[in-house]
Amino acid sequence: MSHGMSQENGTAERPHKAGAFDVRNVIAGLIGFYGVVLVLVAIFGEEQSDKTGGVNANLWAGLAMLVFAASFALWSRLRPIVVDPGASVSGDDDGPPGH
Amino acid sequence: MDSTLRLDASFVDYVLVFVYFAVVLMIGFAARRRVSDSLDFFLSGRSLPAWITGLAFISANLGAVEIVGMSANGAQFGMATMHYFWIGAVPAMLFLGVVMMPFYYGSKVRSVPEFMRRRFGPGAHLVNALSFAVAQILIAGINLYLLASIVEALLGWPLWVSLILAAAIVLSYITLGGLSAAIYNEVLQFFVIVASLVPLTLLGLHRVGGIGGLADKVTAAGGEESLSSWPATNLTGFGSSFWSVVGIVFGLGFVLSFGYWTTNFVEVQRAMATSSMSAARSTPIIGSFPKMFVPFVVVIPGLIATVLVPEVMKAKAEGNADFDYNDSMLYMIRDVLPNGLLGVALAGLLAAFMAGMAANISAFNTVFSYDLWQTYVKKDRPDHYYLVVGRWATVGATVIAIGTAIIASGYTNLMDYLQTLFGFFNAPLFATFILGMFWKRMTSTAGWAGLVSGTLAAVAVAFLSKDAFGTASLGVLPLGGQGASFVAAGVAFGVDIIVSVVVSLVTAPKPVRELAGLVYSETPEEQRTDPEASSLPWYRSPTRMASISLAMVIALNLIFR
Repeated sequence: MSHGMSQENGTAERPHKAGAFDVRNVIAGLIGFYGVVLVLVAIFGEEQSDKTGGVNANLWAGLAMLVFAASFALWSRLRPIVVDPGASVSGDDDGPPGH
Repeated sequence: MDSTLRLDASFVDYVLVFVYFAVVLMIGFAARRRVSDSLDFFLSGRSLPAWITGLAFISANLGAVEIVGMSANGAQFGMATMHYFWIGAVPAMLFLGVVMMPFYYGSKVRSVPEFMRRRFGPGAHLVNALSFAVAQILIAGINLYLLASIVEALLGWPLWVSLILAAAIVLSYITLGGLSAAIYNEVLQFFVIVASLVPLTLLGLHRVGGIGGLADKVTAAGGEESLSSWPATNLTGFGSSFWSVVGIVFGLGFVLSFGYWTTNFVEVQRAMATSSMSAARSTPIIGSFPKMFVPFVVVIPGLIATVLVPEVMKAKAEGNADFDYNDSMLYMIRDVLPNGLLGVALAGLLAAFMAGMAANISAFNTVFSYDLWQTYVKKDRPDHYYLVVGRWATVGATVIAIGTAIIASGYTNLMDYLQTLFGFFNAPLFATFILGMFWKRMTSTAGWAGLVSGTLAAVAVAFLSKDAFGTASLGVLPLGGQGASFVAAGVAFGVDIIVSVVVSLVTAPKPVRELAGLVYSETPEEQRTDPEASSLPWYRSPTRMASISLAMVIALNLIFR
């Protein structure tokens, strides 16, 4: 298999944390944003209880999304992905460092 | 699509949709910084953790066909639709992870057709690579058309505007970031879909009075049959309960689902993007856990629609055969979700359709660059050359997909039949793979001869059935509906096996030394196992996770029989 050497690794030359590129942070950011918007809609918008059958759906869904987003952010904080540009084929960078 | 179906999207809903696509493009740009060679672009540099590829694995399939089609089946057939998940997908995914992945990952091939070439040589390879490439482009076009027609129906945008806009978004994130961007978006999309479908299902259940209320109302409406999953005679269209069960287990479960999940490169590609053999095997196995719960938020809303949505209730009561059940999920969104959650659902649906198309195109460009261009057109160029070819293949595929979508908008039925036809490529492919992996005597000639004859057999059955190809079918065999597909797939499998065995016995086999890594008996133990496997904790051991998953899916089958 022709696996050429990396010529241009941009800024990433030594092992570093994935940070904002970690998909868990992206998920937490998006779902968290949705949670905030839904809670705001629940507080300031009209309740459309003919559709939801009397449940304040936006509020509960929004709160659940905020809890979910917080737990994902926490997960990526506690077990960061370490990106090692030199070992992309054999390295298992799923776990925490030193595992 | 019913032109009167409109969602009252408000400003907030549009903001939620817009933010989603801003994030998608951002991922493309972020992934671009890391794409440095062609392996990175096509297989994510084999570096992704298994939970990400596992979610991407089911997300690549959680597109238009799954959400729209399975909720439609839920409305039409009820609980029998669960078989697509619990008899079909999950066992096949476990089989892929436990039995077949060691060969795919261990032989270091970059695509499923490449495995064909190494095992059977150019004949079988060309049949497989060409049919796959053509199928992917056409299916990408169908996904694109479904997406644009939903945007047109719901938001009132003209078809061509949403066609071009959607194609441009998909094109930009794949050409920028390659498979990494596609996979990251699939994972993101999975959570957005779940975030909208879970509230939808719960609100729907609340409106009809909980699970008990749903069962009572379905029974009262005369749909008692939709509440039990066996023997599913309404789904298969078979008169006999016994043959219906056989058709589900063998046709849908064994042949169609195993064929789809184990040989479809769109799916397998996601597992190949992982960092180790254990992670590759874990990909479909981890994916099987969310997969077995997907029907609760896809099939159940369809069932709820039959007692909650006026249009669907009316069609059910009148037994209207022309009613388009594909709209069931959209009706549920219209009737149940308030503004706010509506925006999340719109973002999720649009994302699902786009992810389906992106998955088709990213699999296409790998097969085109490695299997067709590098193998048959321009060999031995530097790695960078194939990266550029891959990018241009993506652009070309997107343009063709737009063309296909425009054709599809004129001939909707034709596209349905094409999809049925592509389904027939998978059944013989699975037969050839499984025979080739475990029987070293199988020859190169048998490889392509089995594939071609199996596919032709399936097409012949479809033509002889009542309606698999619409009015083009002759109706000689008393088979209709989904049952005809199950039988066609079963026949394709059988014919492929028989032809392969007969041809193998009269042609010369490959030398045994060329089969290492490709055939079970000729592969050294260390090449198909992970040296670190014994040191992994239980939740990362593929076989243990597979046993847990199997136990859970058997339990689900028993509970909801």
